[in-house]
Amino acid sequence: MIRFLYNRLWQSIATLFAIITVTFWIIQAAPGGPFQSERAVSPHIREQMLAAYGLDRPPFAQYTHYLGNLLKGDFGLTTKYEGWTVLEIIGGAFPISLQLGLLGMAFALTFGLPVGIIAAARKNSAADWLPMSISMLGICLPTFVMGPLLALGLGLKLNLFNVAGWYGWSDRVLPSLTLGLFYAAYIARMTRAGMLEVLSRDFVRTARAKGVSETAVLLRHSLKIGLTPVIAFLGPAMAGMVTGSFVVENIFQVPGLGQHFVSAARNSDYTLLLGVTVFYATLLVSANVVVDMLQAWMNPRVRLES
Amino acid sequence: MRFLTALAGLGLILTLLGLTACSRHDSRARKAAREGILLVGNGTEPKSLDPHIASGVTEHHLIITLLEGLTSDHPVEESVVPAAAARWEANDTLDEWTFHLRPEAKWSNGDPVTAQDFVWAYQRLLTPSLGGEYAAMLYLLKGAEAFNKGETTDPQSIGARALDPLTLRLTLVGPTPYFPSMLTHYAWFPVHPPTILAHGKIDTRASRWTHPGNFVGNGPFTLKTWRFKHLIEVVRNPHYWDAATVKLNGIRFLPIDNIPAEERMFRDGQLHLTETVPLDKIEHWRTKQADSYYENPYLAVYFYRINVTHPQLKDPRVRHALSLAIDREAITKNIMKAGQSPATGLVPPVAGYTGPGLVKFDPVEARRLLAEAGYADPSTFPRFDILFNVSESHRTIAEAIQQMWNKNLGLNVGLNSQDWGVYLDAQQRLDFNVSRAAWTADYPDPMTFLDMWTTGNGNNMTGWSRPEFDALIAQARTIRDTSERFTVLKEAESLLLQDMPVIPLYIYVRNYLVSPAVTGWHPKLLDSRPWKHVGLQVDPPSPHTP
Amino acid sequence: MTDPHLASNSPRSPWREAWRRLRQNRLAVSCGGILIAIVLACLIGPLVTGQTIETQNLDLGATSPSAQHWLGTDPLGRDLLTRILSGGRVSLAVGLTATLVSLLIGVAYGATSGFLGGRADAIMMRIVEILYALPFIILVIILIVVLEPVFKLPRMAWLVSLFGGEGQIKLVVLFMVIGAIEWLTMARVVRAQVMTLRQQDFVSAALALGVPKWKIILRHLVPNCLGPVIVYSTLTIPAVMLLEAVLSFLGLGVQAPFASWGSLIQEGADNMETRPWMLVFPALFFSSTLFCLNFLGDGLRDALDPKAER
Repeated sequence: MIRFLYNRLWQSIATLFAIITVTFWIIQAAPGGPFQSERAVSPHIREQMLAAYGLDRPPFAQYTHYLGNLLKGDFGLTTKYEGWTVLEIIGGAFPISLQLGLLGMAFALTFGLPVGIIAAARKNSAADWLPMSISMLGICLPTFVMGPLLALGLGLKLNLFNVAGWYGWSDRVLPSLTLGLFYAAYIARMTRAGMLEVLSRDFVRTARAKGVSETAVLLRHSLKIGLTPVIAFLGPAMAGMVTGSFVVENIFQVPGLGQHFVSAARNSDYTLLLGVTVFYATLLVSANVVVDMLQAWMNPRVRLES
Repeated sequence: MRFLTALAGLGLILTLLGLTACSRHDSRARKAAREGILLVGNGTEPKSLDPHIASGVTEHHLIITLLEGLTSDHPVEESVVPAAAARWEANDTLDEWTFHLRPEAKWSNGDPVTAQDFVWAYQRLLTPSLGGEYAAMLYLLKGAEAFNKGETTDPQSIGARALDPLTLRLTLVGPTPYFPSMLTHYAWFPVHPPTILAHGKIDTRASRWTHPGNFVGNGPFTLKTWRFKHLIEVVRNPHYWDAATVKLNGIRFLPIDNIPAEERMFRDGQLHLTETVPLDKIEHWRTKQADSYYENPYLAVYFYRINVTHPQLKDPRVRHALSLAIDREAITKNIMKAGQSPATGLVPPVAGYTGPGLVKFDPVEARRLLAEAGYADPSTFPRFDILFNVSESHRTIAEAIQQMWNKNLGLNVGLNSQDWGVYLDAQQRLDFNVSRAAWTADYPDPMTFLDMWTTGNGNNMTGWSRPEFDALIAQARTIRDTSERFTVLKEAESLLLQDMPVIPLYIYVRNYLVSPAVTGWHPKLLDSRPWKHVGLQVDPPSPHTP
Repeated sequence: MTDPHLASNSPRSPWREAWRRLRQNRLAVSCGGILIAIVLACLIGPLVTGQTIETQNLDLGATSPSAQHWLGTDPLGRDLLTRILSGGRVSLAVGLTATLVSLLIGVAYGATSGFLGGRADAIMMRIVEILYALPFIILVIILIVVLEPVFKLPRMAWLVSLFGGEGQIKLVVLFMVIGAIEWLTMARVVRAQVMTLRQQDFVSAALALGVPKWKIILRHLVPNCLGPVIVYSTLTIPAVMLLEAVLSFLGLGVQAPFASWGSLIQEGADNMETRPWMLVFPALFFSSTLFCLNFLGDGLRDALDPKAER
């Protein structure tokens, strides 16, 4: 166990380093640059602006400089929103995304897991296809349709919740619901598939033959193994969810982290884009370590390997 | 099994209960109105609140609450009123202006506002190592350009001098009758030197002085809260010289970049003022809730740039054919539908200026010109692209024009939508055939739409150059008399339209929503907002219903 | 009831067995029928509606469904039915190609990684992590900017004409980009499944018998994870179509005046209150396709399951 964690730690650091390096050079290859505006800025002013951020140096010097600062915990300044550091922006936006992501995931799990398990247990009955069809809605209606629909229906028509913003609890409901519905559908479908796979195995038949109750078969014997593919999906999904969703944040005007992945890329805000990428990568890599451990725990036949 | 079903049911019920517990009762806008706080949708997050770093309209709306220039916009009319300066005079040639500051004007920490603060501010914006984007706006000052380009390092060479603590003398490169109206732009605003120097050097770009608690300004409001991409709140500045006039206790600016969401928030009672209205909802608001709907002229023009270095498009007859084949009326009436007017020239009607009006729709003449240029059979004309940045309205207009050129001229035209950065880059490198563009006036004068087309101007981006045009613009800069100047500028515009390196399409309007609770709201041509004259009434005559 | 291990070890009859089981599943069969109808409509429809996707009528503008335009028109007065049907071509092509690409790469990669285990697995999974974490949007922007000029070269003209002319270059690039990204999750799902399988007796037996590793992967492991793979594929198709929609929204997807279901739904979402038909009809086509794909996928899964108890 310790050895596993130790090995994974080193692997993770190497992975992170590779991600930073690749991202840095991808960004260098992108057209345009920071300080672009519709109105032309005379070349000497542009040079001055670049020099103020050290962006006039050769790319390799910028790269080593960035890495050096990163080791010191300095993510740099954004080039688009001057006066803010990248850490401040992430530090302000992440708790919001985390909250939204956790609320959404809680909703997705409370809805998706039971639906998937029941559907698998009652395969090809009304209890199977009805909830599964409803859950399909979460996939068929893109978030940019579901979001405004919920805002119009629950927000403006029924006057239950605020249609956008992030100030009080009433603002939290609709974005979490929109985000959760999408993932609930995924989870329900994958749970159903995973459970069906397990329920046809020998040991389940043996258990049933021995007269173990159906609930016990489902929960005690099958669930752990049946959820293996769901867990594999949940790791990256969780990392994605807590780092925010561009579309949901945009529709409900949530000041989360997700928007920066898109807007920083489009604004050529190099430091901010690198910052959120490094942050996301760290979360993702840790989530994957957790998932590997969970899978080993749920399915003892899979050994932890480094 | 039953246990599981019960679990799922319980989960659902708990969720529903939790959700209803979160529901709300009072509208935010009504609560804020009672507190005298205006809720404003402000488009996007500002790049900066530092007047020497910022650029753009979003920033303008914010900075004018925190800082005040020598002059400011008249609350109702299209003119300027004294602000930090109580009065001013110019010499006969209108190139030397003397401003007398208000002795009672104070910074928000109690310090007096002095002429030296202005001089220091201009020196800061012009300091090369600061890299101020709008430094070029100050090139009107004598010696400013040389200082900004590093040709001299002596700040005394800039034509801004404090004769005494309350008298500021600005020496310009040429006669500028509209100078006072240029001073409402934040590039000309003062800053508080000790505050900036407390948080860095004169040329520190990403300084913390603009953050709440640090910011010291001379405007009607001061900065209370700034949460990134979330909220900026300003509150009444007790040290402001005209604090008695200020009606609001505060303003909350929300950076809402999703237009339909902004409209929903307005209907939901979360905003008093929106930045814009979604295209498809304009008809509804205009007819059903006209008391909240505003549609105001705006000094901006939408046009297409043509790359005149392109082998086929370098022929002016082809460019004219393209322009004549566009039915602008169909675009404004059937697509935009928000009150825009078809362009007859590049310069919108402004300050008494009327253009030559050479732009029109004439498909027969268009076809004739194209044939004359050697394309009697239009299928021999090579395919070219319309470049535009990603946006629903740019795309719709481009699709319509693509069809018009196909129908009226028989040309095969492609569409090329690109991401903002790629689009700007392509335009600057002249790597396009035809490109969508727009220009908003910096100051209410035709010059702001014309001087960009001179040879070598960074905003030209068409490859077009005519020495006669350059000469006319240079000549106009030396003329004092407005009507005489306008005659020369009109001649310049005619010359531009004869060569047609740009195809003007329509003149903008601004559409937005204002809650009936808002009082003292007067739309302005440049969308400047004299916030200090705006107020709120707690019980508006016709209560807002969603 | 057949012995599961015996069934998976004798690959001669299962396919015919599966086909027989699939035909018995009435829901799956009718869904397959509807899918075929939609595909045919998309292929033939645009040719017979008498309109093209770009025929405009600015004076008409956006109108609700009528005898002239069965599904109404958009703000430029274009016939929505024609646009939906031809948009279906784009969406189905994007969905199927990208899913197929992700299926091939993902299954092969995931199965290999999961089966080999140890250091090889660790390295392969770290590569997936790296690709996962790269900022997707900027990758797309760069790939489009880099690849577009390549496709505009005269010697690439044949390839471009294959996809329907110069207007579609972005789309071709899009296929490649999405396919190259979507296989990552598939690889993880397959790997997890293979890891649980590979400890089972039949794999150990095969190993002991000296069956080559690639044969074990291909013959025994891949067929046994088809269940989750098919389900995940039916999830990938909508995911890909939606991704295309989001990219269209960012201007990186299908190029106007062409449309896709995603871009039409996106446009409809902006007009949902004033012109509901612009949202309802594309969404109807989109979701019925996804529903059918989904139930067909379930049917396939059940039919291919060697342990099915029917």
